[in-house]
Order: sequence, then structure tokens, then C-alpha cells
Amino acid sequence: MPLLGLLPRRAWASLLSQLLRPPCASCTGAVRCQSQVAEAVLTSQLKAHQEKPNFIIKTPKGTRDLSPQHMVVREKILDLVISCFKRHGAKGMDTPAFELKETLTEKYGEDSGLMYDLKDQGGELLSLRYDLTVPFARYLAMNKVKKMKRYHVGKVWRRESPTIVQGRYREFCQCDFDIAGQFDPMIPDAECLKIMCEILSGLQLGDFLIKVNDRRIVDGMFAVCGVPESKFRAICSSIDKLDKMAWKDVRHEMVVKKGLAPEVADRIGDYVQCHGGVSLVEQMFQDPRLSQNKQALEGLGDLKLLFEYLTLFGIADKISFDLSLARGLDYYTGVIYEAVLLQTPTQAGEEPLNVGSVAAGGRYDGLVGMFDPKGHKVPCVGLSIGVERIFYIVEQRMKTKGEKVRTTETQVFVATPQKNFLQERLKLIAELWDSGIKAEMLYKNNPKLLTQLHYCESTGIPLVVIIGEQELKEGVIKIRSVASREEVSGGSRNRRDEVFLPFPDSVRNMHLLAEKLSSWLIVVEMNKHSLKMTIAACEY
Amino acid sequence: MAERAALEELVKLQGERVRGLKQQKASAELIEEEVAKLLKLKAQLGPDESKQKFVLKTPKGTRDYSPRQMAVREKVFDIIIRCFKRHGAEVIDTPVFELKETLMGKYGEDSKLIYDLKDQGGELLSLRYDLTVPFARYLAMNKLTNIKRYHIAKVYRRDNPAMTRGRYREFYQCVNDRRILDGMFAICGVSDSKFRTICSSVDKLDKVSWEEVKNEMVGEKGLAPEVADRIGDYVQQHGGVSLVEQLLQDPKLSQNKQALEGLGDLKLLFEYLTLFGIDDKISFDLSLARGLDYYTGVIYEAVLLQTPAQAGEEPLGVGSVAAGGRYDGLVGMFDPKGRKVPCVGLSIGVERIFSIVEQRLEALEEKIRTTETQVLVASAQKKLLEERLKLVSELWDAGIKAELLYKKNPKLLNQLQYCEEAGIPLVAIIGEQELKDGVIKLRSVTSREEVDVRREDLVEEIKRRTGQPLCIC
Repeated sequence: MPLLGLLPRRAWASLLSQLLRPPCASCTGAVRCQSQVAEAVLTSQLKAHQEKPNFIIKTPKGTRDLSPQHMVVREKILDLVISCFKRHGAKGMDTPAFELKETLTEKYGEDSGLMYDLKDQGGELLSLRYDLTVPFARYLAMNKVKKMKRYHVGKVWRRESPTIVQGRYREFCQCDFDIAGQFDPMIPDAECLKIMCEILSGLQLGDFLIKVNDRRIVDGMFAVCGVPESKFRAICSSIDKLDKMAWKDVRHEMVVKKGLAPEVADRIGDYVQCHGGVSLVEQMFQDPRLSQNKQALEGLGDLKLLFEYLTLFGIADKISFDLSLARGLDYYTGVIYEAVLLQTPTQAGEEPLNVGSVAAGGRYDGLVGMFDPKGHKVPCVGLSIGVERIFYIVEQRMKTKGEKVRTTETQVFVATPQKNFLQERLKLIAELWDSGIKAEMLYKNNPKLLTQLHYCESTGIPLVVIIGEQELKEGVIKIRSVASREEVSGGSRNRRDEVFLPFPDSVRNMHLLAEKLSSWLIVVEMNKHSLKMTIAACEY
Repeated sequence: MAERAALEELVKLQGERVRGLKQQKASAELIEEEVAKLLKLKAQLGPDESKQKFVLKTPKGTRDYSPRQMAVREKVFDIIIRCFKRHGAEVIDTPVFELKETLMGKYGEDSKLIYDLKDQGGELLSLRYDLTVPFARYLAMNKLTNIKRYHIAKVYRRDNPAMTRGRYREFYQCVNDRRILDGMFAICGVSDSKFRTICSSVDKLDKVSWEEVKNEMVGEKGLAPEVADRIGDYVQQHGGVSLVEQLLQDPKLSQNKQALEGLGDLKLLFEYLTLFGIDDKISFDLSLARGLDYYTGVIYEAVLLQTPAQAGEEPLGVGSVAAGGRYDGLVGMFDPKGRKVPCVGLSIGVERIFSIVEQRLEALEEKIRTTETQVLVASAQKKLLEERLKLVSELWDAGIKAELLYKKNPKLLNQLQYCEEAGIPLVAIIGEQELKDGVIKLRSVTSREEVDVRREDLVEEIKRRTGQPLCIC
């Protein structure tokens, strides 16, 4: 690398690396911070009944706007999830927000009552989609697709009682991955679990566990314990509560509220309190009662094979065969799974965040057949990442640590200390935009330099380009990194924390400089006119 | 049974009548009346007890996005978002539905195109019609006075979208100003009460000829012919900043205060556009009269210019692909104290752009990959599933995009064919002999060249070939 003007290269490089430390979570004294927004929302909701009757300004119950701060977090998380899906060869797809009501009816069992319907305005009867799985099955049947590996990230709507505190909303985002098609057993199922592990590890939410069970084992278990078939679903939903309630409370519900015989409940209790690795699968194979049930044996066989594959994938230690896992939705036919965080990040004295499962899924071989006129089946297995809950956890964690994020990616700010320099700013910024640099300027004819620098500091913009009378005469512009206030106000033009680059070349060099600063690797190209360059620290 | 059949026939006929009225754009009251009749008939019919019909379709006017369409969409969004970010915008999101009252009274004649949600005992809701009104609501609700934001999301309108097709070579943007329009109508003699409806006639000038528009204004909307002619003198004009200068001198228009304000702003705008280097793409067009009620100042629309039709080709329609303007009064409609926050913005018509891009790719016969998979893990012989699973897992853990066939003993040929169809560039082939030697055969799908790579070097070799950084940053 040629000499950098008046400074020997090595000294310059070391000065730079001292001054430019890797970014911590970049701070910004954001003009609007998250808590202000939340407060405004809450206030306007609380005051609703006090407002003049003509208008109440709020989002619908159970929904919320997402501020720029929320969106930045969300985008990072979705990026991670989607790159994992892509890494496994999934294709993206999308479906409309609403479906024909008849498409969605009777697919969700007990949960059907929670759908949003559209008003009958003389056309088709429509409902907002309740999940992404039923639309997928409809898509497969409609397009006669036999094999597909797809992901779908989109919003779904459910008219449940929202519990804002826990992050449960009526409008929320789902990230689904599914493999449709007839394949050799358990390989796709194992890949789904591998994907869940990759995503949860990548998100660094702490230790997690994936519980695995099989619908046929659940049904077989109920049968051998003596649960009457008519009570299967009801007992199932009681068992499902074991992650939140103690066994004796669940037992109480089954016996007292759902009329189950106490001995039957006790027999169930013997099973559902079991969880373990593949050895438990082996054990259940030998279980005198369960091994009599054909369904259960099928399920156990599949789980055994699954564990073999999971071991080859290196994730068996994160998987637990858990007989208490009994997921709500009707359409599962085989393996089912649910991922839970083992300890939500808390600090001393704080409430642990109980958000339930963060991902779940299973095999559903009969759903597409419900849409096909001839009943042709397309077996499917898939998973859904509970991103809303993950957003909630990450946001809580950030709040605790007082982390703030940049909400823009602007690299360069175009400023001038002089009046009547609007034209030059406009020309320069257009050049920057045209060469792909992310740049901003104030929408003022004659802004004060200090105001402009404050703007940079508060929004986290790392570089300022300053253009003035003198520089214009010399055909150069001044580049300065956003420094502490003292240096700015004291500055004289020959100080070592500024660099002067000739105008025509400056854009190209600035591109490089901005790029490099943003990735914290300092490699600078030189042109024959460039002079000294040192940069003051960017403290974020 | 016969009764039921007769009733079903009545429902069908009434449904057709309603659809016909909507197509003819009959009055709102008439349509409502006929819809009510339809609903009554349907209610008489009772629940549909006929055998289970499999209705495999998306709702009218909506569509799924196939993987191919998603790939196009992603590329287009990427470019758009990068541009928004380049200009320092933050991103927000709002719910898909709003309180009905939030949207009421904001869209003028278009309000009948709003999707309402059924009254299910809670709040009355409607699906958002655009992203601007929710934005104004967001500003008022959070008491924001300045923000530069972008928002990408679907909106819902109960009309029949027409898709345009064709090859395009360049685009231009038309600008006008609401105040110039209103001022122009005033001095031509349009009565205040007819402003909006004459506006919507003039708006059609991009699709129909002046003669037809004039007929509509005079014949259907009761405008005096001389007034229409005066309007005609103006609206057929378009040009650069010189036209602005010219109109500033226009004896009639210069008497109108509103028009002068608008012209003054346009003059300043053209100065800045020149500094930005884009004035050659901008045309001041007096016929630009955008539909939505909430614009208060400058309005603009970007239109694609079509390539000259070739012999035998279908005539190609032009359409707008982006539009926007200034709307200074909207936030004030939400603020309890009526405090204004001036806004200006734009909207990119991405659906139209998707179809254009898709068609262009098809015409060029460019293959659109729907996955990003870099390597397929394959086996040359039977009983190598375990090895494949172990290897593919290693590749995933190293951040490489990889797949394998979900078969215990797939044929090599099928695996290679899968790669060709999906556009996967590399195959990592596990073979019995190679396993013993500690190597994997890495094959390029297009060139068919194979090379043995040591197992421990495979990740690096794949990353090198696919241009990935060696560390996962």
C-alpha cells in the first residue's frame, strides 16, 4: 500500500485501529424510544372511554404497530430464520391474507370459533387465515403438487383473548417450513428437527429442549389406559396443560371436570410423567400394556428410527421423548414436537419470562387429502417458529440491558457550516446516492453545523462530509468521522483528524471509506492527490 | 327440491345482477339495495346441505405466489428497500385491519372498495386500503412530528385489478399540483361542487382521448361546453420548467392565488430536481389529477413508456408504476386538537412491476432459481444414507446451503437430475471406495468435472467455489 500522505502507513493503521473500536450494540439517542411509543398507545387505549365520542385513535384490540426499533430486531430475527430455511433448500411462497371461509372451516377442531370473518358484502364468504398450514394444503391440492419443500413467513389472525403482557396478540407472524411428499420414512422429519435446533441455537436464547412424541402413541396410550374414544380429544387437551400445570391439577381436571374414571387417570399419569432419550423408546417397546397396541407400536418404531437420524445429525442430546406432549390441532397424524427454552434469560430478582413453546410442528398426512376431490393424500411434515414469542424475549432482554439499536443504515451525512450552500449539498448528496452510498442531509436551507452534527450523533451516522466555501475553491471536500463535541468545535482545517480528498475522486474513496468503516476493516485506496488522514474515534 | 332449485336460480341471477351493476359502476345506493336483496335470498336458501364441494381456489382477485414469483418479488423488493435505506428511511409496520372509523371519510368515492370485517361482537374493523392513512394514524397516535419511513405490505381493495403486459424501455414521472388543478378549474368556470367529479374525468386522460373525456364531462356530468373547452386548453399541455414559467405569466391562471402557490412550488421543485440531475425525466403535466382526496400540494406519477409495437404484436398498454404527493392535512384529521403534520410520499406499484419483470425474464428465457442450494449430498452406492446424513449435517453447521434426497438408496442419475432441474451447481458424492480413502468426490453439475477432495477440506473447497467468505461473520 502506498504511503498515506504525511503519516507512515503503519502508524496510520495502528492509529486507526486504536481509534475505531469494534461496535458494541450501537447506541443512538433515538428521537423516539420504544417506551414512549408504548406509553402513548396505552394512554390512548386507557383514555378511550374518556375521548370525545366522535373519534378514538388506536389500533384494533390485540394488534399493535411496530416501531422502527421493533422492526430492526424483528428483521434480524427473521433474517436468521429465513437463511436457515434457505440453507435447507426450501422455496418461498405466499398466499392471500384471507381464504374462502369453507376452505378454513372444520380444519382446526375446537379452535374454529376464533377465526376472523369478513363481512358478507354480496360476494364470496371469506375469513382471515388462521395459520399457514391449511393454506399450504389448499395450495398443494389446487396445483396438484406432489412434492414440495417450502417456507412461508406471514401474518395470521386469531380472535383469542390477547394477553399483551405475555406477547400474545390477535395478529402475529408465523415462520413455517414444510416438506410435502412421499419419501422414505423419518428423513424429512429429522431434517425439521435439525432446522429447529439450528434456528434456536443461532438465536442464542439460551439452552433449549425439543420434546417429541407421536400422535399414535398418545392415542394408543389413551386406549390401553381405558379412555373412552369419545373423550380422547378432551383428555388430550388436559394433558397438553402439563407444561403449565402440575400433574395433580391436571388429574383433577380430567376426573372432576371431564368425568374420567380415577383409575384411568392414574394409569395415564404413570405414562405422561415419563420423558427421556431413545432408551425410553426401547423401554416403551417392552411395556406390557403399550406393546399390545398396534398404533403405539407404529409410533414407537418411527421414533426409534427418528432418534437414529437425529444422532447422525448430532442433535440427539437436545431431543426428549416426552409422553406428556399432546398438541392441540386436530390434523397431526404422526410425530409431533415442541421446543421450549430451558431457562429464559433473567436477572436477579426478575420474573422469569414464561412464554411457553418457541417452535412446534409435526406430521400431518391427511390434510391435503381433505382438499383433493378424489381424496388423494400428500403426506406432509413441518414446523412453525413462534417468532412473536422470540421477539418478545429478545426485546425484554434488550430493555433489561438498556440496549438500543440504530434504526437507519445511513453511512454519510452531508453537511455545511455555511449559509447558501444548499445547492452544493444537493449536488453532492445526489452523487453519493447515485453511487450507492447511504446518505442523508437536513431538509433545511441553512442549517447550523452543530445541529447537523447532533443529528448524526443521535441517529448513529458514522461519517460527515463537510463542504464549504474554501473547500469548494480548492476543489476538495472534507470528510470527518463523527467525533466528540470538543474536537468539532475546536477544529482548524489542518488538524490531523480531517482528510481532504479531491472532489471527482472523493466519491469513490468515500464509498470505500464508508464501506470499510461500517465493516470495521480498514483498507484504504489512495489516489495521487490525497493527503493526510486520521480519524477521530466514533464512540457509540 | 324444485323449490330449492328455483331459489338457487334466483340467487344466481341476483348475484349476476349485482356483479353487472358493479361493473357498470352504478350508484352506491342502487348496488346496496340489490346486495340486500341477494343476502335475503341467500338467507332463505339456508345452510348449504348439498354434498361436500371441493372449492379449490383463492378468493376472487387474490392469488398465491409460487416459488418462482417469490424469487422475482424478492429481487424487486431488495432493490426498492435498498433505495429507501440509502435515503435514510426507517421501517414500520401496522396491523392489516384498522378500526372502521379510522378509514372512513378518507378515500372519497373509493370508500366503497374497502373490505369490512364481519361484526362478531367486538370492534368494527376494515382491512387497510392503503398504507398512508395508517401512517397518518400512527403519527397522530404517537405524537410524532417528523419521521422518514418506508412500509412494505399488502393492501386490500374490492375491485378488479387489470394487469398490464409488455416490454418497457424507460419511464418518466409526471408532476402537477393539486392547487394548480383546483385553480385551473376555478378560472375555467367549474363550480366548486363539481370539482372532484371533473377531477376524476380529467384523471382518465392517460387512458382515453380528450374527446371522450370532454364528452363525459359535458354529456354525463353536466359541464358547460365552453368550460370544458377552456379546461381542454390547459390539460393538454405538458413540459418542463419552461411550462411553469409560461403559466406563471398566463393572464387567467396568474389571477388565482392557489394556482400561483402551486406554480411557485413547482418552480422551486424543478430547481432542486435539476441539482439532483433528474429534470430530464420529469414532465409538468396539467392533466395529472390523481384520484385520492387527501393530496394538498404537489402530486406525481411515474409511467413506463412502451417500445414501439412490432408487426404482429399486441398493442401494449402503459400504466403507472409509482405515484404520490403531498398530503398536509391528513394527520390533522386524526389529532384530537387538529394539529397538522405535513407529509409527502410515494408508493411503488410493485404488482405491476412484478409482472413486467416476470415477463421479461420469460422472454429472455432466463431460468429463475427458486432455491439457493449450493451443493447436493449424494451417494453412489446403496446403504450410504448414514454417511449422507452425517455429511449434510456438517455442511449445514458450516453455513453451506445443502440438500439430500429423502431416499435411503437413491440412484446417482436421479440425484444428478435433481441438481440439473433445481440449478444446484455442485454435488458432493460419497462412495464406498472414497470413504475408505477419506475423500469425497466434488462434481460440478454444469461442467461435469469431478475432483477428489479430502473430507476435512471439503467445507473450505465448497466455500471457495461458491464465493462465500471463509468465516461465518
